Amino acid sequence: MVFEFEVQGGDFATAGNASSQIKKILKQLNVDHRDIKRIVVALYEAEVNIVAHAFKGRIIANIDTSEVRIRLVDEGPGIPDIELAMQQGYSTASSEVREMGFGAGMGLPNMKKNTDEMHVTSVVDKGTTVELIVFINQPTT
Amino acid sequence: MKISEIVSLLNATMVCGRELGEREVEYGFASDLMSDVLTLETDNLLLITGLANNQAVRTAEMSDIPCIIFVRNKKVTQEMIELAVESNITLIEYSSSMFKAIAILSQAGIKPVF
Repeated sequence: MVFEFEVQGGDFATAGNASSQIKKILKQLNVDHRDIKRIVVALYEAEVNIVAHAFKGRIIANIDTSEVRIRLVDEGPGIPDIELAMQQGYSTASSEVREMGFGAGMGLPNMKKNTDEMHVTSVVDKGTTVELIVFINQPTT
Repeated sequence: MKISEIVSLLNATMVCGRELGEREVEYGFASDLMSDVLTLETDNLLLITGLANNQAVRTAEMSDIPCIIFVRNKKVTQEMIELAVESNITLIEYSSSMFKAIAILSQAGIKPVF
């Protein structure tokens, strides 16, 4: 199943709407609540990043029985140095973003922690694409 | 501890989610930085914050946090109430400081996450 959402850059009032919708879908599909939490925390961090840094973006969620694959494609300034951006504590967020309770340089590391795979590609002055992959319904080890 | 017990202990105001007052919380976390909240894996968690905006409620929604206490007399907006009701989150307004809320709740047995 594929679901698609639009995200507006700079619009903090609606930041999280897409993540909220996807959480509802995952609940309806009876995905384990631990898996849901990992997915939506990573997704919400990524959605907030679009609102904080980009002009606009799209979220494409691909849900099947064994994995959830979410692509977040934005049009924005891009990330010049992804390795640096991945470092805990590194942030280019504005004071407005910090006032919203974010911008501490923790989003990308936390997205990585909560996913099984994460891929970030970026072109400066064009935009950034983040892919989040979480395996679901795995037998517990 | 039941959410309704927390409300009476603090003499605070339950803004929404009154019907969910029987739910139990075991741990507390106090932060104005939502990024820190989003790193937690703890269940039955109470969030204590001075950040009264939509993102505090969204953060609770994503993190499965059933209850938020807004300290320092911060006021909950209508939009926050709507988001909270949709996700079954209890919102509480508390007129005193974060430190006082934590002191009272810690003494009453609410545990720290780490």
